[in-house]
Amino acid sequence: MGNTITSTEKKSNLKIGDKTFKSRLIVGTGKYASFDETRMAIEISGAEVVTVAVRRIELDTSKDSILNHLDPKRYTFLPNTAGCYNVKEAVMTCQLAREAGLGNFVKVEVIGDEKTLFPDNEATLEASKLLVADGFQVLPYCTDDVVLCKKLEDAGCVAVMPLAAPIGSGLGIRNPYNIKLILEAVQVPVIIDAGVGTASDASRAMELGVGGLLMNTAIAGAKDPLKMAQAMKLAVESGRLAYEAGRIPRKLYASASSPLEGLIDI
Amino acid sequence: MKLIINGKERDMRSSRTLTELVQELEITAPHFAMALNQQVIPKSQYSDTALKEGDKVEIVHAVGGGV
Repeated sequence: MGNTITSTEKKSNLKIGDKTFKSRLIVGTGKYASFDETRMAIEISGAEVVTVAVRRIELDTSKDSILNHLDPKRYTFLPNTAGCYNVKEAVMTCQLAREAGLGNFVKVEVIGDEKTLFPDNEATLEASKLLVADGFQVLPYCTDDVVLCKKLEDAGCVAVMPLAAPIGSGLGIRNPYNIKLILEAVQVPVIIDAGVGTASDASRAMELGVGGLLMNTAIAGAKDPLKMAQAMKLAVESGRLAYEAGRIPRKLYASASSPLEGLIDI
Repeated sequence: MKLIINGKERDMRSSRTLTELVQELEITAPHFAMALNQQVIPKSQYSDTALKEGDKVEIVHAVGGGV
């Protein structure tokens, strides 16, 4: 009696490369209605890592930038190579991002198929090797393949980011067994990147023991993005807590939780 | 002098270096980067990087995007 409750205060952190984060949710900045909505959704989500795309400046129109709306002291930026279809484009995009002052954390993504947006794993591995050698901390978007994830770890990536389902599909984790195998095989954080649709998908992913979750469309595309940002924050936290708490085994039959002794005799 | 900037031909009157190009284009984005003929140029070298007719310049910045 009298013990204070401390278990939830000792929530574990997410360590990626040389950085440590309290939040296990990484969010994207695309598909929002406005920069204001982007900023508010990200604030509500509690995310500390924010991914951004790198594109040509539109020279003849508004020169406003997403970075005018996100405090660089508050967030770690994770520039991504979304839209790149080969190694050269991906490497150069990361170099441009670093030169633009976005840091050396990069999400490497080399798309191999337009319809599914599945990654070109071979090119992703090659780009990752080049970028690691160039001093980047590389977080590669990849398929949920245990052999590939091991190779990416061996190449020096600071995390691996297998997809749960195709980008923007909202299908949730399609193959939790593959994710479990990857978790056993690699020491670096496993971050589920893409495919989450709603809060229960996020919780389920976290309950598997993954280090974190990266999402964009699930929040930005919801009817009320700000509410969904809150839902995802809670889902990621509760899923992680449930993983750390350790769930009960699944059983086919009932098992009473009240004492079997002391029943009244009628 | 004609340059290909972000894929479009532009006639730049007073830009002999990348520094002058930034000024002439009035680029004010807090974070941007440039590549000249597919080579990323560090900011510290903008003033020493001379431009010539037909050079291809890419000027990029961060935009909203996820995966």
